[in-house]
Amino acid sequence: MRSLYLSFFSEFYKSRKTLAFWAAIILPVVICGLVAFGFYDSSQRILKLNYSPMMYWYRLSSNTTNIMGMMILPFYVIFMTYSVNNIEHKNDTWKTIFTLPLNKLSIYSAKYLYTLSLVIICLGLFCTLTYASGFLLQFLESRFKFDQYSPIDMLSKGYLKLFLSVLGIVSIQFIISLIWSDFLKPMGIGFIGVILGIIVAVAGWKYAKFFPYSQPMITLNTGKRSNEIMTADFTLFTTEVIASIITAIGLFIVGYYIVAKKTIK
Amino acid sequence: MEFAIETVGLTYNFGTQTVVKDLSLQVPKGSIYGFLGPNGAGKTTTIKILLNLLKSPTDQVFIFGKEINANRIASLKRMGALVEQPAIYSHLTGKENLVNRCMLLSINKGKADEMLALVGLTEAASKKAGKYSLGMKQRLGIALALLADPELLLLDEPTNGLDPNGIIEIRNLMIELTTKHHKTILVSSHLLAEIERTATHVGIINKGQLLFQGPIGELQNLGKPVVRIETNNNNQAVALLEPFKLDTIRKEEQAIFVSYNDREQIAHMNSLLVNAGISVYSIGKEKQDLEHLFLDITNPN
Repeated sequence: MRSLYLSFFSEFYKSRKTLAFWAAIILPVVICGLVAFGFYDSSQRILKLNYSPMMYWYRLSSNTTNIMGMMILPFYVIFMTYSVNNIEHKNDTWKTIFTLPLNKLSIYSAKYLYTLSLVIICLGLFCTLTYASGFLLQFLESRFKFDQYSPIDMLSKGYLKLFLSVLGIVSIQFIISLIWSDFLKPMGIGFIGVILGIIVAVAGWKYAKFFPYSQPMITLNTGKRSNEIMTADFTLFTTEVIASIITAIGLFIVGYYIVAKKTIK
Repeated sequence: MEFAIETVGLTYNFGTQTVVKDLSLQVPKGSIYGFLGPNGAGKTTTIKILLNLLKSPTDQVFIFGKEINANRIASLKRMGALVEQPAIYSHLTGKENLVNRCMLLSINKGKADEMLALVGLTEAASKKAGKYSLGMKQRLGIALALLADPELLLLDEPTNGLDPNGIIEIRNLMIELTTKHHKTILVSSHLLAEIERTATHVGIINKGQLLFQGPIGELQNLGKPVVRIETNNNNQAVALLEPFKLDTIRKEEQAIFVSYNDREQIAHMNSLLVNAGISVYSIGKEKQDLEHLFLDITNPN
């Protein structure tokens, strides 16, 4: 456990100056900032629609998730998993890490958990900044109704579900970037995966729920179609979310065996 | 004798290619063991096996008497290593590289400054390691290896890229670490001259096989005795001595070197040269140059 703790903080220390880390912060700030600006800019048109307080929040948050969830989040995950492992490939430091008196499972788990932490930071910031921008918009335009409804339940459920649905992609990309040191394979496979994921999800293929690259999009589309997130019918563990979690657990175990057998030639 | 490293008939293959064959290293505790061999002889592969980066067959590698595969973490706790090019994070500064290692090994971060001073990198501590020269990277790699104060150091060609001053500093550091701090050091090199001044023991490897192992003094005894002859006409002297089919006749600018079996042969050579009208300025026994001996061992043909 101590090895895991030490390795995890070392991962943070090593990558705190890299784009992968800062992208987890910059991406939500930029996207939420732009969405809030767009919302404010369209305030006259939105006010005419006479939304309920809940719909104000739904409209604001879905504007963000629509931009981010379909394309930006999967691509960020692909880039970030690549970066976390590439630090070692690029600097030829696997050999150093494996000569330290640390358990290989801890080294591997720390990297995986750190990758998940970056996704959590990124989505957590999206959630927090959406919440903050609602109140900022209310401050700038007092006729909005953001202050009449608490969106915490809606936002936290939505982003938790999105996080769980992206676990499958995280795990696949993590393994790919663990095995291959070059840029093209993880990026190429990830890009093809995301495009295929969009195609099969849009086409409504009946097995799309089991294809990891489709799962975030299906999660977002289901929520959008049914507005379920605002109702008592909300289900966190839908088929695509369960499939994503199972994929992540399975590939985490496979990844460990890859690391355990990894030899440094 | 207690060994810091012991391998027993170690054999390792990359696919169908045997890179280490029946290797039985014995590195005594407290020694500086020079692990010598030409490029591609299997030195780095052996070091990687000793560090468990390459998995060895069971019961073939022992570190301080413990089998490496069964005691990986316990063995690595007692070792520090520099393998091939130093592996450092180029986007971090020299000091950050050391602080990161301190974190991983639960060492006080103040040790980072101590190590930087030891390898002469204090002034470059805040510079990104990617901008270091090869010599500076090598020093940082050595500092990283020494950080945990290990009992056993494995240094793979540590003077690569260092200037003559740097080479001398590393040499002195190795001597100090063994004499004052009782460390054991295995240092690999393809140049005998580089480590003959520091090593107490030598192992010579070629094509994955150990050709010689023992105290450095024993290596000297392996060579045939040689007589050095200085004359006014070395070419003619070589021509006169060649019919005797002596094992080695080597001609250098100032003198010729001839191997001999007994003292009588020296007297005979001298009279032969003098009788042929050649002026002999000096004639005397000389120890065979270790560099040539190393070449003789690794290239018998």
